[in-house]
Amino acid sequence: MTRNKINLEIEIPTQTRYLGLIGNIGEQLAWDLTDYGGDRDALAYNLNLVLTEALTNVIKHAGCDNQALRVCISIEGNSLSIQVHDQGLGFDLEGVPCPDPEELCERGRGIFIIRHLMDSVDYRKTDKGNVLEMKKEL
Amino acid sequence: MNITLENKDGSTLLRFHEERLDAHNSKELKDYLLELMEKGSKKLILDLSEVRFVDSSGLGALLSGHKNAGLREGRFALVGVQPRVQSMFELTRLTRVFEIYPGVEDALAYVPGGTPHDSKQD
Repeated sequence: MTRNKINLEIEIPTQTRYLGLIGNIGEQLAWDLTDYGGDRDALAYNLNLVLTEALTNVIKHAGCDNQALRVCISIEGNSLSIQVHDQGLGFDLEGVPCPDPEELCERGRGIFIIRHLMDSVDYRKTDKGNVLEMKKEL
Repeated sequence: MNITLENKDGSTLLRFHEERLDAHNSKELKDYLLELMEKGSKKLILDLSEVRFVDSSGLGALLSGHKNAGLREGRFALVGVQPRVQSMFELTRLTRVFEIYPGVEDALAYVPGGTPHDSKQD
């Protein structure tokens, strides 16, 4: 079955109050993929989760206070791509350690969760700032 | 943050009336739990039955409650955990860390280190 091409682009203020809005859009997208053969309930939760974790990391660590964030979600065929663009100083994605399950640290699980749920995660400089890009084959 | 509090058989029952526990409200919950413990509440039961989404920041707030209760020789139990939230605990290997019960009565019936009330024989 041929899946429609979907491209969403949303601009939001750098505030955690918008996490729910963007997360819910991710969930709704999953529910609209009627030809997805996997567990749609799990996909909906996971899209909500990776969007929430990605935005939270950028809001807290990229140093982009008072600047808008641009979220781009693209689905083409079986390929899902999510980009979060910021205009801050950026952060070192590779420097984020994997959490030790024996250490009950209260922070540091966001990137671990994204890495676990998506096929690839990348954070790089762009002409206008930085982009956190996550990809997954559905 | 919408949370209500009641005393239940010597425990403090907190009902969290939010669909999401995420980076937006997790610090408020974390601070509230700590404040309750500092004021002397030793046995806390957090009802998450209305929560359908928890992120890593939310897990951090729950971990903070767990650790602070431990430091005070108190108790921090979770009830009403929805399946997707449970899957977050599993993904982050926190299932065995938290004291989790299906419902409030189950949490009240269990005395850590003792005998569950409901298993007593008449």
